Amino acid sequence: MPLLKNNVLVADTWINAEADGDFPASGDVIVPFARLLKDWGELSARPGKLGLRLSNTDRPEALGTFLPKLSVIVLPFPAFNDGRAYSIARSLREMGYRGELRATGNVLPDQLQFMLQVGFDAFEIGERFPLETWQKASRQMSLAYQRGLFRRGSEAEIWTERHTDAEPWLEQPHAG
Amino acid sequence: MYRYDEFDHQFVRERTDQFRNQTERRLSGALTEDEFRPLRLMNGLYLQLHAYMLRVAIPYGTLSGRQMRQLAYIADTWDKGYGHFTTRQNIQYNWVKLEDAPDILDALAAVEMHAIQTSGNCIRNVTTDHWAGAAADEIADPRPVGELLRQWSSLHPEFSFLPRKFKIAVTGAPHDRAAVKVHDIGLRLHKNDAGEIGWEVIVGGGLGRTPMVGVTVRDFLPQHELIGYLEAIMRVYNLYGRRDNKYKARIKILVHEIGADKFKSEVEAEYARRPHPTTEVEERELARIAAYFAPPDFEKLPRWSASFEEAKLANPAFARWARNNLGPHHVDGYAIVNISLKPEGGIPGDATGDQMRVMADLAERFGSDELRVSHAQNIVLPHVKKDDLLTVYQALEKADLAAANYGLAGDIIACPGLDYCALATARSIPVAQSISRKFADSKKQDEIGKLKINISGCINACGHHHVGHIGILGLDKKGEEFYQITLGGSSAENASIGTILGPGFAGHEVADAIETILDTYLKHREAGEEFLATYRRLGPKPFKEALYATA
Repeated sequence: MPLLKNNVLVADTWINAEADGDFPASGDVIVPFARLLKDWGELSARPGKLGLRLSNTDRPEALGTFLPKLSVIVLPFPAFNDGRAYSIARSLREMGYRGELRATGNVLPDQLQFMLQVGFDAFEIGERFPLETWQKASRQMSLAYQRGLFRRGSEAEIWTERHTDAEPWLEQPHAG
Repeated sequence: MYRYDEFDHQFVRERTDQFRNQTERRLSGALTEDEFRPLRLMNGLYLQLHAYMLRVAIPYGTLSGRQMRQLAYIADTWDKGYGHFTTRQNIQYNWVKLEDAPDILDALAAVEMHAIQTSGNCIRNVTTDHWAGAAADEIADPRPVGELLRQWSSLHPEFSFLPRKFKIAVTGAPHDRAAVKVHDIGLRLHKNDAGEIGWEVIVGGGLGRTPMVGVTVRDFLPQHELIGYLEAIMRVYNLYGRRDNKYKARIKILVHEIGADKFKSEVEAEYARRPHPTTEVEERELARIAAYFAPPDFEKLPRWSASFEEAKLANPAFARWARNNLGPHHVDGYAIVNISLKPEGGIPGDATGDQMRVMADLAERFGSDELRVSHAQNIVLPHVKKDDLLTVYQALEKADLAAANYGLAGDIIACPGLDYCALATARSIPVAQSISRKFADSKKQDEIGKLKINISGCINACGHHHVGHIGILGLDKKGEEFYQITLGGSSAENASIGTILGPGFAGHEVADAIETILDTYLKHREAGEEFLATYRRLGPKPFKEALYATA
């Protein structure tokens, strides 16, 4: 499936590992949370980068010590209106996670900007809508009232703009 | 009153343009109805029984004369010449065409209004005390915090897809006119012995199928922590609120199922875990907003107005209206005018375009250009000089707006019911009308005194029947409408959920049943005792006996 990153399509080179079975000898793998706990020794010794697939009900604070070792975290939207992943994503960014945060499932253009604002930066987008629709959707609003968002759509923070000599709410915790 | 700056204007304009584009895509067929539904709902547009309904946000219930005129213009131009003020201090237009909706939103944006988040599983329009800034018992005007919360909650990316809708109410007075204990979050202002102010944070109240009174999770939250703390509550709800059953998805169910203590510790843990940035920006923003709510330039007047007293002596109808429809103002020589939208036999909360213009005009000439919508579906002119009351009354009388029943039996709260609403199981409006006619005799209403009658046309309880002193719930039994009566509810600081009295009644029997209940009250009450107090003293027994003895 094509992956939308920084408003362009890129190839997804990650390999999804299942709940059990062998890991591939090389390459970057994404594993479910239970496997991360179970096979941590093997995974940390393996060449290649490590990614994690979370469910909606995993608690983000349980990930603390693993976070610096992870390059991708995948969060699911079982339905576009199941909003749990928004909170998990923002929590992970607040905890200092700087790797890729990928949205999968029922990801739609009209929610893209919200996802960018809570810290997602990669999207499994399917084929229902053309790339141009996605590109437009990422910048529908140029302003946001909330502080402490991740302004990859480059929205201005209204409250901060109004009081420009004030300190920013927090540093943008991830690059790119 | 708050005024938009360039940012607020641009924000609403961009949002309106976005919706115009979505509507065009729907009309051209590029979007399916299934794809369009969530988009229109987030902009306040519902598909009802007969037409689209547009619900317009009136933040914390405050309007200027200019805004009220624009609501009248919308009613005349795109609806059938009237609008319906709701129990959430909003206005609804019941006969909107889809292709007109973007133009209506443009007309609203021109007067600094919108319909953002008047539906959907997000944070809805923040409500507050309709006497805010005027009430004699107020600690501080709660509307600056209302505006702060309006901005913070507008298109909040983390909290736009909650398990269910989310309602916040704020009060700055000890006498709770904003029903904060029956909201998802209620905020109540307190002042401590050192003279500092802080917010009591109440979570998990609500009506609907499972009525509950909320629990206090913080007694005295410093004002500058408000946004951070609310974000912690919202996050706990967003992550752990139930999503498997929409009837169990409100935050009250989460609080109830895991228990108030566990809920509170989850919130505190989340609050402690999050980065704690400086709140300087929030404090400055609140100060910026508060400046807009500076009180009007009140004149220095004597408490006693000779012309007002003389007019009451000369005009008994005016005297009665003044007795029932005025509230105590915190400034001498002023009064709060409550305009009842409940004329005898009328539809509760409805106003015509012409009536809206009369009210706008009175606000501009005599009321510091301010109007309020109350959750009891009435309109308030918060600052009127006592010397002007007779003139205001006479203008209201001409416009059929002088019903002298504020807070009495005729001041009925009712949802639109099966006449409009796609969810309703029974009609509300005809029942309200029959009760209103039953108690048309003003002497009888005055004798009964303070009373809240609430009618909902289905179990979702938009008419807040659970917290009516007398609540009426319309249900469907094998294709027939019937009505359950509850007694003893209250949404005030002594909040309580009413108790079902017994078997229900057919629509045409309800008004007689209410009369029986009230006659029973008159028979048993002690001197000066209001209906609710009598009910609380005696319990349901005498009322049950009177209602069902002959049945």
